[in-house]
Amino acid sequence: MNPRALVLSEGLSLWGGMDPASGELIDAHHPQHGANLSGRVVVMPSGRGSSSSASVLAEAVRAGTAPAAIILGEPDLILSIGSAVAEELYGVVVPVLVLSPAERAVIKDGELVDLTMLASRPVRLGLD
Amino acid sequence: MLRGDLGAGTALAMRLVQQAAEVSGAERLIDISRAHVDSCLYHGEATLDFVQRLADGRARVRVPTTLNVGAVDLLHPELYRGDQAVAERGRLLMDRYRSLGARPTYTCAPYHLADARPARGEQVAWGESNAIAFCNSVLGARTNRYGDFLDVAAAITGRVPDAGLHRTEARRATLVLRLAPDVPPALRDADVLFAVLGIVLGRRAGSTVAAIDGLPPGQPEDRLKALAAAAASSGSVAMFHVVGSTPEASTLADALHHQPASAEELIGLDDLRSARGELSTAASREPLRAVSLGTPHASLAALGRYADMLEHRRVHPDIELLVSTGRDVLATADERGIAGRLRGAGAELLVDTCSYIAPILRPTGGTVMTDSAKWAWYAPGNIGARVIFGSSADCIDSAVSGRVVRDDAIWGVS
Repeated sequence: MNPRALVLSEGLSLWGGMDPASGELIDAHHPQHGANLSGRVVVMPSGRGSSSSASVLAEAVRAGTAPAAIILGEPDLILSIGSAVAEELYGVVVPVLVLSPAERAVIKDGELVDLTMLASRPVRLGLD
Repeated sequence: MLRGDLGAGTALAMRLVQQAAEVSGAERLIDISRAHVDSCLYHGEATLDFVQRLADGRARVRVPTTLNVGAVDLLHPELYRGDQAVAERGRLLMDRYRSLGARPTYTCAPYHLADARPARGEQVAWGESNAIAFCNSVLGARTNRYGDFLDVAAAITGRVPDAGLHRTEARRATLVLRLAPDVPPALRDADVLFAVLGIVLGRRAGSTVAAIDGLPPGQPEDRLKALAAAAASSGSVAMFHVVGSTPEASTLADALHHQPASAEELIGLDDLRSARGELSTAASREPLRAVSLGTPHASLAALGRYADMLEHRRVHPDIELLVSTGRDVLATADERGIAGRLRGAGAELLVDTCSYIAPILRPTGGTVMTDSAKWAWYAPGNIGARVIFGSSADCIDSAVSGRVVRDDAIWGVS
Protein backbone atom coordinates (compact mmCIF):
# COMPACT_ATOMS: atom_id res chain seq x y z
CA MET A 1 0.00 0.00 0.00
CA ASN A 2 1.27 3.45 -0.82
CA PRO A 3 2.10 5.76 2.10
CA ARG A 4 0.47 9.14 2.64
CA ALA A 5 2.31 12.44 2.46
CA LEU A 6 2.99 14.69 5.42
CA VAL A 7 3.97 18.06 3.99
CA LEU A 8 5.85 20.19 6.53
CA SER A 9 5.82 23.95 5.99
CA GLU A 10 9.23 24.35 7.66
CA GLY A 11 12.34 22.20 7.89
CA LEU A 12 12.62 19.90 10.90
CA SER A 13 15.67 18.73 12.80
CA LEU A 14 14.83 15.15 13.81
CA TRP A 15 17.06 15.58 16.87
CA GLY A 16 14.87 17.51 19.28
CA GLY A 17 12.12 17.46 16.65
CA MET A 18 10.92 13.85 16.50
CA ASP A 19 10.36 11.39 19.33
CA PRO A 20 11.68 8.08 17.94
CA ALA A 21 9.54 6.14 20.45
CA SER A 22 6.28 7.46 18.99
CA GLY A 23 7.13 9.17 15.69
CA GLU A 24 5.59 12.37 17.02
CA LEU A 25 6.79 15.82 15.95
CA ILE A 26 7.87 17.30 19.30
CA ASP A 27 9.58 20.57 18.30
CA ALA A 28 7.38 23.11 20.11
CA HIS A 29 8.51 25.89 17.73
CA HIS A 30 7.40 23.96 14.63
CA PRO A 31 4.02 24.91 13.12
CA GLN A 32 3.03 21.23 12.78
CA HIS A 33 3.93 20.34 16.37
CA GLY A 34 1.98 17.22 17.37
CA ALA A 35 1.83 15.63 13.88
CA ASN A 36 3.08 12.04 13.52
CA LEU A 37 5.84 11.21 11.02
CA SER A 38 5.57 7.46 11.36
CA GLY A 39 4.95 5.68 8.03
CA ARG A 40 4.44 8.96 6.16
CA VAL A 41 6.27 10.40 3.16
CA VAL A 42 7.66 13.44 4.95
CA VAL A 43 8.10 16.38 2.57
CA MET A 44 10.09 19.38 3.83
CA PRO A 45 12.36 22.10 2.46
CA SER A 46 15.43 20.98 4.46
CA GLY A 47 16.69 18.75 7.25
CA ARG A 48 17.69 21.77 9.37
CA GLY A 49 20.73 19.90 10.33
CA SER A 50 21.58 18.87 13.86
CA SER A 51 24.26 16.26 13.34
CA SER A 52 22.49 13.92 15.78
CA SER A 53 19.48 13.66 13.47
CA ALA A 54 21.19 10.67 11.83
CA SER A 55 21.00 8.78 15.12
CA VAL A 56 17.36 9.72 15.64
CA LEU A 57 16.44 8.47 12.15
CA ALA A 58 18.25 5.15 12.72
CA GLU A 59 16.61 4.78 16.12
CA ALA A 60 13.17 5.48 14.60
CA VAL A 61 13.78 2.73 12.03
CA ARG A 62 14.74 0.33 14.82
CA ALA A 63 11.63 1.28 16.80
CA GLY A 64 9.39 0.96 13.72
CA THR A 65 8.32 4.62 13.84
CA ALA A 66 10.35 6.00 10.91
CA PRO A 67 8.87 7.89 7.97
CA ALA A 68 8.30 5.79 4.81
CA ALA A 69 10.47 8.26 2.90
CA ILE A 70 11.88 11.77 3.27
CA ILE A 71 11.65 14.28 0.43
CA LEU A 72 13.80 17.40 0.67
CA GLY A 73 14.52 20.53 -1.32
CA GLU A 74 18.28 20.16 -0.96
CA PRO A 75 20.71 17.26 -0.34
CA ASP A 76 21.15 16.43 3.34
CA LEU A 77 24.23 14.45 4.26
CA ILE A 78 23.08 13.83 7.83
CA LEU A 79 19.73 12.25 6.95
CA SER A 80 21.29 10.28 4.10
CA ILE A 81 23.86 8.76 6.46
CA GLY A 82 21.16 7.99 9.03
CA SER A 83 19.20 6.19 6.35
CA ALA A 84 22.27 4.27 5.16
CA VAL A 85 23.08 3.12 8.70
CA ALA A 86 19.49 2.03 9.32
CA GLU A 87 19.60 -0.05 6.16
CA GLU A 88 22.90 -1.64 7.23
CA LEU A 89 21.61 -2.46 10.72
CA TYR A 90 17.97 -3.33 10.15
CA GLY A 91 17.59 -3.93 6.40
CA VAL A 92 14.91 -1.23 6.11
CA VAL A 93 15.26 1.42 3.40
CA VAL A 94 13.98 4.93 4.11
CA PRO A 95 14.59 6.67 0.77
CA VAL A 96 15.92 10.24 1.10
CA LEU A 97 15.09 12.13 -2.10
CA VAL A 98 15.69 15.63 -3.42
CA LEU A 99 12.94 17.25 -5.50
CA SER A 100 12.59 20.72 -6.99
CA PRO A 101 9.99 23.08 -5.47
CA ALA A 102 7.72 22.44 -8.48
CA GLU A 103 7.97 18.67 -8.05
CA ARG A 104 7.36 18.96 -4.34
CA ALA A 105 4.34 21.22 -4.87
CA VAL A 106 2.57 18.35 -6.69
CA ILE A 107 2.60 16.30 -3.47
CA LYS A 108 -0.40 17.28 -1.35
CA ASP A 109 -0.58 16.75 2.38
CA GLY A 110 -2.52 13.60 3.29
CA GLU A 111 -2.57 12.17 -0.25
CA LEU A 112 -1.15 8.78 -1.25
CA VAL A 113 2.33 8.90 -2.79
CA ASP A 114 3.67 6.35 -5.28
CA LEU A 115 7.39 6.45 -4.53
CA THR A 116 8.30 4.48 -7.65
CA MET A 117 6.72 7.16 -9.84
CA LEU A 118 8.75 10.08 -8.49
CA ALA A 119 10.81 11.56 -11.29
CA SER A 120 13.62 12.60 -9.02
CA ARG A 121 17.27 12.87 -8.34
CA PRO A 122 17.53 10.32 -5.59
CA VAL A 123 20.03 11.16 -2.89
CA ARG A 124 19.70 7.59 -1.84
CA LEU A 125 17.28 4.79 -2.57
CA GLY A 126 19.38 1.95 -1.24
CA LEU A 127 22.98 0.89 -0.98
CA ASP A 128 23.13 -1.42 -4.01
CA MET B 1 38.62 -1.49 2.45
CA LEU B 2 35.30 -1.97 0.67
CA ARG B 3 36.09 -5.61 -0.12
CA GLY B 4 36.43 -6.33 3.57
CA ASP B 5 40.17 -7.14 3.51
CA LEU B 6 40.47 -5.01 6.65
CA GLY B 7 37.38 -6.54 8.25
CA ALA B 8 33.65 -6.09 7.96
CA GLY B 9 33.65 -3.07 10.30
CA THR B 10 36.07 -1.11 8.11
CA ALA B 11 34.09 -2.11 5.00
CA LEU B 12 30.89 -0.75 6.59
CA ALA B 13 32.68 2.51 7.47
CA MET B 14 33.94 2.80 3.90
CA ARG B 15 30.44 2.31 2.46
CA LEU B 16 29.28 5.26 4.59
CA VAL B 17 32.19 7.44 3.44
CA GLN B 18 31.37 6.57 -0.18
CA GLN B 19 27.70 7.36 0.41
CA ALA B 20 28.81 10.74 1.78
CA ALA B 21 30.98 11.35 -1.27
CA GLU B 22 28.02 10.65 -3.53
CA VAL B 23 25.65 12.99 -1.65
CA SER B 24 28.24 15.78 -1.53
CA GLY B 25 29.23 15.35 -5.18
CA ALA B 26 32.91 14.73 -4.38
CA GLU B 27 35.08 13.29 -7.13
CA ARG B 28 37.64 11.75 -4.82
CA LEU B 29 38.48 10.96 -1.23
CA ILE B 30 41.32 12.59 0.71
CA ASP B 31 43.33 11.46 3.76
CA ILE B 32 42.69 12.95 7.17
CA SER B 33 45.21 13.16 10.02
CA ARG B 34 42.81 13.21 13.00
CA ALA B 35 39.19 12.79 13.97
CA HIS B 36 36.88 13.97 16.74
CA VAL B 37 33.89 11.67 17.21
CA ASP B 38 30.52 12.85 18.54
CA SER B 39 28.73 9.50 18.06
CA CYS B 40 29.44 8.44 21.66
CA LEU B 41 26.36 10.26 23.04
CA TYR B 42 23.51 7.77 23.54
CA HIS B 43 20.42 8.46 21.38
CA GLY B 44 18.74 5.07 21.75
CA GLU B 45 19.63 1.43 21.10
CA ALA B 46 20.41 2.05 17.41
CA THR B 47 23.51 3.99 18.48
CA LEU B 48 24.70 0.93 20.45
CA ASP B 49 23.74 -1.48 17.65
CA PHE B 50 25.93 0.53 15.26
CA VAL B 51 29.08 0.59 17.37
CA GLN B 52 28.56 -3.09 18.18
CA ARG B 53 28.46 -3.84 14.43
CA LEU B 54 31.74 -1.96 14.01
CA ALA B 55 33.34 -3.78 16.95
CA ASP B 56 32.10 -7.19 15.77
CA GLY B 57 33.66 -6.37 12.39
CA ARG B 58 37.01 -5.71 14.14
CA ALA B 59 37.06 -2.01 13.22
CA ARG B 60 39.74 0.22 14.77
CA VAL B 61 40.36 3.92 14.23
CA ARG B 62 43.25 4.55 11.80
CA VAL B 63 44.02 8.15 12.88
CA PRO B 64 44.38 9.75 16.34
CA THR B 65 40.80 10.18 17.50
CA THR B 66 39.29 12.11 20.40
CA LEU B 67 35.80 11.49 21.80
CA ASN B 68 33.07 14.03 22.45
CA VAL B 69 30.86 14.14 25.54
CA GLY B 70 28.71 11.19 26.48
CA ALA B 71 25.61 10.82 28.64
CA VAL B 72 27.34 10.46 32.02
CA ASP B 73 30.26 11.84 34.00
CA LEU B 74 32.34 8.68 34.35
CA LEU B 75 34.54 10.29 37.01
CA HIS B 76 31.65 11.65 39.12
CA PRO B 77 28.76 9.25 38.39
CA GLU B 78 26.92 10.32 41.56
CA LEU B 79 26.02 13.60 39.79
CA TYR B 80 23.58 11.75 37.48
CA ARG B 81 20.00 12.16 38.72
CA GLY B 82 18.11 10.29 35.98
CA ASP B 83 17.14 6.68 35.23
CA GLN B 84 20.11 4.42 36.09
CA ALA B 85 19.23 1.96 33.30
CA VAL B 86 19.59 4.75 30.71
CA ALA B 87 22.82 5.91 32.37
CA GLU B 88 24.15 2.37 32.03
CA ARG B 89 23.42 2.30 28.27
CA GLY B 90 25.07 5.72 27.91
CA ARG B 91 28.14 4.50 29.79
CA LEU B 92 28.33 1.35 27.67
CA LEU B 93 28.27 3.43 24.46
CA MET B 94 31.10 5.65 25.72
CA ASP B 95 33.12 2.55 26.56
CA ARG B 96 32.47 0.88 23.17
CA TYR B 97 33.85 3.92 21.33
CA ARG B 98 36.95 3.90 23.52
CA SER B 99 37.49 0.24 22.66
CA LEU B 100 37.64 1.12 18.93
CA GLY B 101 40.94 2.80 19.80
CA ALA B 102 39.69 6.35 20.35
CA ARG B 103 41.13 8.37 23.21
CA PRO B 104 38.62 8.71 26.09
CA THR B 105 38.71 12.51 26.20
CA TYR B 106 34.90 12.89 26.42
CA THR B 107 35.03 16.61 25.75
CA CYS B 108 33.25 18.97 23.37
CA ALA B 109 36.38 21.17 23.40
CA PRO B 110 39.10 18.89 21.97
CA TYR B 111 40.95 22.05 20.88
CA HIS B 112 41.98 22.53 24.53
CA LEU B 113 44.19 19.43 24.30
CA ALA B 114 47.60 20.52 23.05
CA ASP B 115 48.35 17.17 21.40
CA ALA B 116 44.93 16.92 19.72
CA ARG B 117 44.91 20.37 18.13
CA PRO B 118 45.31 20.29 14.37
CA ALA B 119 47.65 22.79 12.74
CA ARG B 120 46.55 25.36 10.19
CA GLY B 121 45.71 23.70 6.89
CA GLU B 122 45.52 20.19 8.35
CA GLN B 123 42.70 18.01 6.94
CA VAL B 124 40.65 16.43 9.74
CA ALA B 125 37.16 15.02 10.37
CA TRP B 126 35.51 16.57 13.39
CA GLY B 127 32.02 16.18 14.83
CA GLU B 128 30.29 18.46 17.40
CA SER B 129 29.07 21.78 16.03
CA ASN B 130 31.09 24.13 18.25
CA ALA B 131 34.29 22.14 17.68
CA ILE B 132 33.74 22.14 13.91
CA ALA B 133 33.29 25.92 13.80
CA PHE B 134 36.32 26.43 16.08
CA CYS B 135 38.49 24.05 14.06
CA ASN B 136 37.84 25.78 10.75
CA SER B 137 37.63 29.36 11.96
CA VAL B 138 40.07 29.68 14.86
CA LEU B 139 42.62 26.93 14.10
CA GLY B 140 42.43 27.21 10.33
CA ALA B 141 42.34 23.41 10.09
CA ARG B 142 39.85 21.91 7.64
CA THR B 143 36.74 19.90 8.39
CA ASN B 144 33.17 19.62 7.18
CA ARG B 145 30.25 19.06 9.53
CA TYR B 146 30.64 15.37 10.31
CA GLY B 147 27.54 14.08 12.04
CA ASP B 148 26.82 10.89 13.93
CA PHE B 149 28.09 7.65 12.27
CA LEU B 150 30.05 9.50 9.56
CA ASP B 151 32.54 10.94 12.08
CA VAL B 152 33.60 7.50 13.26
CA ALA B 153 33.47 6.12 9.70
CA ALA B 154 36.03 8.78 8.77
CA ALA B 155 38.17 7.88 11.82
CA ILE B 156 38.13 4.19 10.85
CA THR B 157 38.88 4.69 7.16
CA GLY B 158 41.09 7.77 7.55
CA ARG B 159 39.31 9.13 4.47
CA VAL B 160 36.69 11.79 3.72
CA PRO B 161 35.11 13.16 0.54
CA ASP B 162 37.10 16.00 -1.03
CA ALA B 163 34.28 18.52 -0.70
CA GLY B 164 33.11 21.65 1.08
CA LEU B 165 35.46 23.22 3.62
CA HIS B 166 38.24 20.76 2.84
CA ARG B 167 38.66 22.81 -0.34
CA THR B 168 40.18 26.30 -0.30
CA GLU B 169 37.49 27.96 -2.44
CA ALA B 170 34.70 27.04 -0.01
CA ARG B 171 36.48 28.82 2.86
CA ARG B 172 36.05 32.25 1.27
CA ALA B 173 33.72 34.66 3.07
CA THR B 174 30.78 35.66 0.89
CA LEU B 175 28.93 37.71 3.52
CA VAL B 176 30.44 40.64 5.42
CA LEU B 177 28.89 41.50 8.79
CA ARG B 178 30.12 44.86 10.06
CA LEU B 179 29.55 46.22 13.56
CA ALA B 180 27.62 49.46 13.24
CA PRO B 181 28.99 52.73 14.64
CA ASP B 182 26.39 52.68 17.45
CA VAL B 183 28.02 49.61 19.09
CA PRO B 184 30.05 51.25 21.89
CA PRO B 185 33.80 50.55 22.18
CA ALA B 186 33.36 49.06 25.68
CA LEU B 187 30.93 46.47 24.33
CA ARG B 188 33.21 45.66 21.38
CA ASP B 189 35.83 44.62 23.87
CA ALA B 190 33.66 42.79 26.43
CA ASP B 191 33.66 38.99 26.87
CA VAL B 192 29.86 38.91 26.98
CA LEU B 193 29.56 40.41 23.49
CA PHE B 194 30.86 37.30 21.77
CA ALA B 195 28.15 34.83 22.78
CA VAL B 196 25.47 37.34 21.76
CA LEU B 197 27.22 38.27 18.50
CA GLY B 198 27.42 34.54 17.72
CA ILE B 199 23.63 34.25 17.88
CA VAL B 200 23.33 37.09 15.34
CA LEU B 201 26.06 35.50 13.17
CA GLY B 202 24.26 32.13 13.08
CA ARG B 203 20.96 33.76 12.17
CA ARG B 204 22.40 35.93 9.40
CA ALA B 205 24.89 33.45 7.95
CA GLY B 206 22.97 30.15 8.17
CA SER B 207 25.46 27.80 6.53
CA THR B 208 27.40 30.41 4.52
CA VAL B 209 30.85 31.67 5.47
CA ALA B 210 30.74 35.20 6.89
CA ALA B 211 33.47 37.66 7.87
CA ILE B 212 32.92 39.85 10.93
CA ASP B 213 34.54 43.26 10.65
CA GLY B 214 34.89 46.00 13.23
CA LEU B 215 36.24 44.17 16.29
CA PRO B 216 39.58 45.07 17.90
CA PRO B 217 42.27 42.75 16.43
CA GLY B 218 43.87 39.81 18.24
CA GLN B 219 40.77 38.56 20.07
CA PRO B 220 41.57 35.80 22.58
CA GLU B 221 40.60 32.20 21.98
CA ASP B 222 37.89 31.98 24.66
CA ARG B 223 35.95 34.82 23.03
CA LEU B 224 36.21 33.26 19.58
CA LYS B 225 35.10 29.95 21.13
CA ALA B 226 31.96 31.60 22.58
CA LEU B 227 31.28 33.15 19.17
CA ALA B 228 31.69 29.80 17.40
CA ALA B 229 29.48 27.87 19.83
CA ALA B 230 26.66 30.41 19.62
CA ALA B 231 26.81 30.69 15.82
CA ALA B 232 26.70 26.90 15.47
CA SER B 233 23.60 26.83 17.71
CA SER B 234 21.46 29.50 16.02
CA GLY B 235 22.70 28.56 12.52
CA SER B 236 24.52 25.76 10.71
CA VAL B 237 27.75 27.76 10.83
CA ALA B 238 30.80 25.58 10.19
CA MET B 239 33.20 28.44 9.48
CA PHE B 240 33.48 32.20 9.91
CA HIS B 241 36.23 34.82 9.87
CA VAL B 242 36.91 37.59 12.36
CA VAL B 243 39.04 40.20 10.61
CA GLY B 244 42.32 40.70 12.48
CA SER B 245 41.79 37.70 14.76
CA THR B 246 41.29 34.43 12.85
CA PRO B 247 44.14 32.92 10.81
CA GLU B 248 42.60 33.18 7.33
CA ALA B 249 41.48 36.79 7.84
CA SER B 250 44.53 39.01 8.48
CA THR B 251 42.60 41.51 6.42
CA LEU B 252 39.04 41.63 5.12
CA ALA B 253 40.42 41.18 1.60
CA ASP B 254 42.12 37.94 2.68
CA ALA B 255 38.86 36.61 4.12
CA LEU B 256 37.14 37.43 0.83
CA HIS B 257 39.97 35.79 -1.19
CA HIS B 258 40.31 39.19 -2.86
CA GLN B 259 36.89 38.89 -4.49
CA PRO B 260 33.81 41.03 -3.95
CA ALA B 261 31.38 40.00 -1.19
CA SER B 262 27.91 38.82 -2.20
CA ALA B 263 26.37 40.90 0.58
CA GLU B 264 27.39 43.32 3.33
CA GLU B 265 25.23 43.94 6.37
CA LEU B 266 25.48 46.00 9.54
CA ILE B 267 24.98 44.63 13.04
CA GLY B 268 23.67 47.40 15.28
CA LEU B 269 23.23 47.74 19.02
CA ASP B 270 19.52 46.92 18.70
CA ASP B 271 20.31 43.65 16.89
CA LEU B 272 22.65 42.69 19.71
CA ARG B 273 20.19 43.69 22.44
CA SER B 274 17.44 41.68 20.84
CA ALA B 275 19.67 38.57 20.47
CA ARG B 276 20.66 38.98 24.12
CA GLY B 277 16.98 39.19 25.07
CA GLU B 278 16.20 36.02 23.12
CA LEU B 279 18.67 34.05 25.21
CA SER B 280 16.62 34.57 28.37
CA THR B 281 13.37 32.64 28.67
CA ALA B 282 12.76 33.52 32.32
CA ALA B 283 12.19 36.88 34.02
CA SER B 284 14.97 38.28 36.23
CA ARG B 285 12.67 38.45 39.26
CA GLU B 286 11.99 34.69 39.27
CA PRO B 287 13.82 32.71 41.98
CA LEU B 288 17.26 31.49 40.95
CA ARG B 289 18.06 27.83 41.52
CA ALA B 290 21.27 27.12 39.67
CA VAL B 291 24.10 28.63 37.63
CA SER B 292 25.66 26.58 34.83
CA LEU B 293 29.05 27.59 33.41
CA GLY B 294 31.44 25.86 31.03
CA THR B 295 29.49 25.15 27.83
CA PRO B 296 31.41 24.27 25.70
CA HIS B 297 33.77 22.76 28.29
CA ALA B 298 35.71 25.50 30.09
CA SER B 299 39.35 26.13 29.25
CA LEU B 300 41.99 26.27 31.97
CA ALA B 301 42.03 30.06 31.56
CA ALA B 302 38.25 30.26 32.03
CA LEU B 303 38.40 28.07 35.15
CA GLY B 304 41.06 30.44 36.50
CA ARG B 305 38.84 33.46 35.82
CA TYR B 306 35.89 31.83 37.59
CA ALA B 307 38.12 30.98 40.57
CA ASP B 308 39.39 34.58 40.70
CA MET B 309 35.84 35.95 40.63
CA LEU B 310 34.94 33.64 43.53
CA GLU B 311 37.99 34.61 45.60
CA HIS B 312 37.00 35.25 49.24
CA ARG B 313 33.36 34.57 48.36
CA ARG B 314 31.03 31.61 48.72
CA VAL B 315 28.21 30.24 46.59
CA HIS B 316 24.83 30.95 48.23
CA PRO B 317 23.48 27.84 50.04
CA ASP B 318 20.29 27.77 47.92
CA ILE B 319 22.19 27.86 44.62
CA GLU B 320 23.84 25.02 42.72
CA LEU B 321 26.89 26.33 40.80
CA LEU B 322 27.95 23.82 38.18
CA VAL B 323 31.09 24.28 36.06
CA SER B 324 31.64 21.86 33.15
CA THR B 325 35.05 21.11 31.69
CA GLY B 326 37.01 18.30 30.08
CA ARG B 327 38.63 15.62 32.24
CA ASP B 328 42.12 16.48 30.94
CA VAL B 329 41.67 20.20 31.68
CA LEU B 330 40.31 19.26 35.13
CA ALA B 331 43.44 17.18 35.82
CA THR B 332 45.63 20.23 35.12
CA ALA B 333 43.29 22.49 37.12
CA ASP B 334 43.58 20.05 40.02
CA GLU B 335 47.39 20.12 39.85
CA ARG B 336 47.46 23.90 39.81
CA GLY B 337 45.01 24.29 42.68
CA ILE B 338 42.39 25.99 40.51
CA ALA B 339 39.85 23.18 40.92
CA GLY B 340 40.41 23.24 44.69
CA ARG B 341 39.70 26.96 44.83
CA LEU B 342 36.47 26.47 42.85
CA ARG B 343 35.29 23.58 45.03
CA GLY B 344 36.29 25.46 48.16
CA ALA B 345 33.97 28.30 47.16
CA GLY B 346 31.11 25.84 46.71
CA ALA B 347 31.23 25.11 42.97
CA GLU B 348 30.64 21.61 41.58
CA LEU B 349 32.83 20.43 38.68
CA LEU B 350 31.34 18.26 35.94
CA VAL B 351 33.30 16.40 33.23
CA ASP B 352 32.61 13.98 30.33
CA THR B 353 29.07 15.28 29.74
CA CYS B 354 27.09 18.51 29.91
CA SER B 355 24.28 19.74 32.13
CA TYR B 356 21.94 20.44 29.19
CA ILE B 357 22.02 16.91 27.76
CA ALA B 358 21.95 14.88 30.97
CA PRO B 359 19.85 15.03 34.16
CA ILE B 360 22.44 16.64 36.43
CA LEU B 361 20.83 19.75 37.93
CA ARG B 362 18.77 19.39 41.09
CA PRO B 363 15.10 19.19 40.11
CA THR B 364 13.99 22.07 42.32
CA GLY B 365 12.22 24.36 39.82
CA GLY B 366 13.16 28.01 39.38
CA THR B 367 15.49 29.43 36.81
CA VAL B 368 19.04 28.66 35.75
CA MET B 369 21.58 31.32 34.84
CA THR B 370 24.36 30.77 32.31
CA ASP B 371 27.09 32.69 30.49
CA SER B 372 26.82 30.31 27.52
CA ALA B 373 24.66 31.15 24.53
CA LYS B 374 24.72 27.50 23.52
CA TRP B 375 23.41 26.36 26.92
CA ALA B 376 20.76 29.10 26.84
CA TRP B 377 19.76 28.01 23.33
CA TYR B 378 19.32 24.27 23.98
CA ALA B 379 18.48 23.85 27.69
CA PRO B 380 14.83 25.03 27.49
CA GLY B 381 14.01 22.33 24.89
CA ASN B 382 16.30 19.60 26.22
CA ILE B 383 15.78 19.70 29.96
CA GLY B 384 12.89 22.16 30.29
CA ALA B 385 15.02 24.75 32.08
CA ARG B 386 13.98 28.39 32.29
CA VAL B 387 17.09 30.39 31.52
CA ILE B 388 18.64 33.78 32.20
CA PHE B 389 21.70 34.65 30.14
CA GLY B 390 24.37 36.92 31.61
CA SER B 391 28.09 37.64 31.56
CA SER B 392 30.44 35.38 33.52
CA ALA B 393 30.69 38.07 36.21
CA ASP B 394 26.86 38.37 36.33
CA CYS B 395 26.63 34.60 36.78
CA ILE B 396 29.17 34.46 39.61
CA ASP B 397 27.63 37.50 41.35
CA SER B 398 24.21 35.84 41.10
CA ALA B 399 25.51 32.50 42.42
CA VAL B 400 26.96 34.30 45.44
CA SER B 401 24.00 36.56 46.18
CA GLY B 402 21.33 33.90 45.53
CA ARG B 403 19.32 36.05 43.14
CA VAL B 404 19.67 37.21 39.54
CA VAL B 405 22.14 40.10 39.21
CA ARG B 406 22.84 41.54 35.79
CA ASP B 407 24.90 44.51 34.72
CA ASP B 408 22.78 46.05 31.96
CA ALA B 409 24.83 49.24 31.61
CA ILE B 410 27.20 47.86 28.96
CA TRP B 411 24.17 47.12 26.74
CA GLY B 412 22.94 50.69 27.17
CA VAL B 413 19.88 49.43 29.02
CA SER B 414 19.01 51.38 32.15
